[in-house]
Amino acid sequence: MRRIWAILIVIAFLYFFFKDVLPALPEFGKVDLFTRVSFDIISKSTKGKYEPIEFKKSSNREEGSANVVTSIVVNYRSFDTLGEVTVLFTAAIGVGILSSALRKRRFIELEEHFVLKITSGVILPLVLLFGTYIFIHGHLTPGGGFPGGTVIALGILFMLISNSQFRVTDASKHVEQISGVGYVILGLIGMALSGIFLTNFLPTGVIGDLFSAGVVPIVYVLIGFKVGAELSSIVFEMKEG
Amino acid sequence: MNNVLDFLKDVFTNFNKLYYFLVGGLMIVFAIFSVEAKKIIDALIGLSAVSLLSVLIFIMLKAPDVAITEAAVGSGLATAVMLFALWKIEAGEKK
Repeated sequence: MRRIWAILIVIAFLYFFFKDVLPALPEFGKVDLFTRVSFDIISKSTKGKYEPIEFKKSSNREEGSANVVTSIVVNYRSFDTLGEVTVLFTAAIGVGILSSALRKRRFIELEEHFVLKITSGVILPLVLLFGTYIFIHGHLTPGGGFPGGTVIALGILFMLISNSQFRVTDASKHVEQISGVGYVILGLIGMALSGIFLTNFLPTGVIGDLFSAGVVPIVYVLIGFKVGAELSSIVFEMKEG
Repeated sequence: MNNVLDFLKDVFTNFNKLYYFLVGGLMIVFAIFSVEAKKIIDALIGLSAVSLLSVLIFIMLKAPDVAITEAAVGSGLATAVMLFALWKIEAGEKK
């Protein structure tokens, strides 16, 4: 009886998914931007009057990123993001200390599977490329440093499962330190140039270009490397520590 | 009292958006399942399903940034970390 109920729930779910959810997504390239919530936010101006913006045409705006969430998270509330990165760093330190203090050598033995091992060589570059894409295009499309770094860490996790010889070396910790310090140095450069910590001191460029939004892509690349290195070392220490 | 009536009216006028209720109901079902499950690994699978369904809700509410993060962290990495912890406990109990 319980099995029949489960089958009914799944069938109803799939029916509504294909009937209502999927047609609600717009076709590629045919999105009506004026109906989006972000349109009003993206066309606001704190300096002067209301001026409508056009994708790939408007330039030199206060925040140059097409993704509104990114322009809030990394541009207006960048100090908040620095705190968030620090929280993640503290969590990684905690996992490292716990797994080295309670060292009882409980290895997890995973059997190597031939198909998984061969497939991982094909899929791993694609996963890493997708993670890099997410954090490089953080100011244009949904995503950013945190999801991109997590996808990279998922690729490392895939490698750990498929290959028992694979290990995350100390290079991950160096990457993490360098990118964390780089974020603070970027903030200090902004402070030296215009007097505000973590301000956006580069020209914002044309909205929608890859090299736009000033300092935002640099910050997201740094955060992506930092989060990827931290989370992959957390996963490695959970498995091997 | 009026608020409750208004709420019910809203629910029944928006009944064509049934999939919100469906996904939310499935989330509740999986949450109860992961609390009540006998084996811990079943509970982990239930938690993973809850975060996967919350990805769908985030997409419907038009928050794609959160949806991507939830899909990567909630249903991928957190499940793997908890699974490793479970396997470590079992490996320690065998000795």
